[in-house]
Amino acid sequence: MEAAIMVNLMFTVFALVTVIGAIGAVLSRNTVNAAMCLLVCLGGVAGLFVELDAFLLAFLLILVYAGAVVALFLFIIMLLDVKGSLGGINRNFSTVASLAAVALIIAGVAAFLRNAVLPTPNPASVLSVGDTLKSYAELLFTTYLLPVEVVGFLLLSAMLGVIALSRKST
Amino acid sequence: MAVIGVMFPLAGACSMAERKISAWIQGRPGPNRAIPFWFSWVPVLGPILQKLGAFHLLADGLKFLFKEDVVPGHVNKKYFIAAPILAMIPALSTVTFVPFGAYIDLGGNLTPLILANVDVGLLAVFAVSSLGVYSVVLAGWASNSKYSFLGGIRASAQLISYELSMTLAVVPVLLWINAPGTAGTMSLSKAVEFQSQPGFWGGAWFAFTMPISALIFLICLFAETNRQPFDMAESEADLVGGFHTEYGAFKWSLFFVAEYCHMIVGSAVFILLFFGGWNPLPWLPLSSVAALLHITELPLLVGLLSIGIFLGKILAMLFLFMWVRWTVPRFRYDQVMKLGWQKLLPLAILNLLVTIIAIAVIQH
Repeated sequence: MEAAIMVNLMFTVFALVTVIGAIGAVLSRNTVNAAMCLLVCLGGVAGLFVELDAFLLAFLLILVYAGAVVALFLFIIMLLDVKGSLGGINRNFSTVASLAAVALIIAGVAAFLRNAVLPTPNPASVLSVGDTLKSYAELLFTTYLLPVEVVGFLLLSAMLGVIALSRKST
Repeated sequence: MAVIGVMFPLAGACSMAERKISAWIQGRPGPNRAIPFWFSWVPVLGPILQKLGAFHLLADGLKFLFKEDVVPGHVNKKYFIAAPILAMIPALSTVTFVPFGAYIDLGGNLTPLILANVDVGLLAVFAVSSLGVYSVVLAGWASNSKYSFLGGIRASAQLISYELSMTLAVVPVLLWINAPGTAGTMSLSKAVEFQSQPGFWGGAWFAFTMPISALIFLICLFAETNRQPFDMAESEADLVGGFHTEYGAFKWSLFFVAEYCHMIVGSAVFILLFFGGWNPLPWLPLSSVAALLHITELPLLVGLLSIGIFLGKILAMLFLFMWVRWTVPRFRYDQVMKLGWQKLLPLAILNLLVTIIAIAVIQH
């Protein structure tokens, strides 16, 4: 029983950290602050993964996103020395976009609350996919092979695009 | 806690060893003065410890604690203070994923001594230590000075570049220890288990069977720990002190304790993967040494023996770090980038391909 309370408490803490980090990343005007908030948010998500016993996902998230992607963001921010807020048109556009996103989220949550029927899962019957590396690999190479390939192709084309764009014109 | 209790003084002792070894390599006596007056009365031991510079460590530590901790007026205070703290967190928390010894339990199995035995141990070490880059970058940015800023930028580019080759270099080892049909694992103790099997190939350390992986990993380790010849972030010749130019006293020393902790953990991972972990010699696993000494029945003794062997290997690695530092001159920044992207990364990929083919041939 105490373990369950502990897990609930940890979930609340991690969820709060995630949400606060995300809000901070969106709202802060200082770009370095925003990047650090994003980092905090990712840390919270990794914590949530750990709580689901998905250690691999948690550590991959930290390794790839927190360790490399956000560091790269920070690198770019520092290199370009971005200061202040964006211009008028961008601002209007982002207001519209954020309103649309909020509307979508509210609609989604409302629909979920009204219609969804959550089956109470029997803990014994739930397949624990996340406990071994092998099951991850099996899923990636069988059920989800096509998405993996598509994402890989997307990344390859992005890389080629970067090479093409950054090549100095001769 | 006990492990951290070992790590912290060890990191401190490293700074002393660094000064002593640099002096030895350069043919000068090095620190040999400090001694508390009451200790100089001790006959033989006192002068020896004084000559060894053992008390400089205490004096340094006290100085860092009691020195005025200046925060310059032009810095971004929040991040300036957060950076050294951020440096310590990954440095000390990666230790929990590193097995540091083994004992033989009542069933006769070799059980690793580790704080958090997760299946993805190696990945966890990489993940958490990759967060170390933030302390350097934030310190450089928050200091609001050009030298620090350049140091921070250099560090972020360098650490990300070398992480790629480093992870690619360990993939062959993981492929080898994960035979088809078995449950996959990334735990470091499993790698040691594979290097302590009987037979010529079973007992060979991975440094002998996969020398290119070991070499790439070692080079990347130097780059990831910001050690010479890769200490682009500090580079006192052209950047004064790099990211820590504006730091002093205790905050400065925290950066260095973190650097030494990274070195210790990095050496530990390197030894576990390529140099047989707690096995004293190649083809001589711990269990047979225990049988030779007739202590198989005493788990405590075997555990202590394994920890001692492992620690000895780590100290040898630390000596290598310092040896290289005082032997090889620093790279230029473009050379670092060229080495990382144009030499090490293709070599690592090639090595991976060759190893995959070799493993496929051997296992058929």
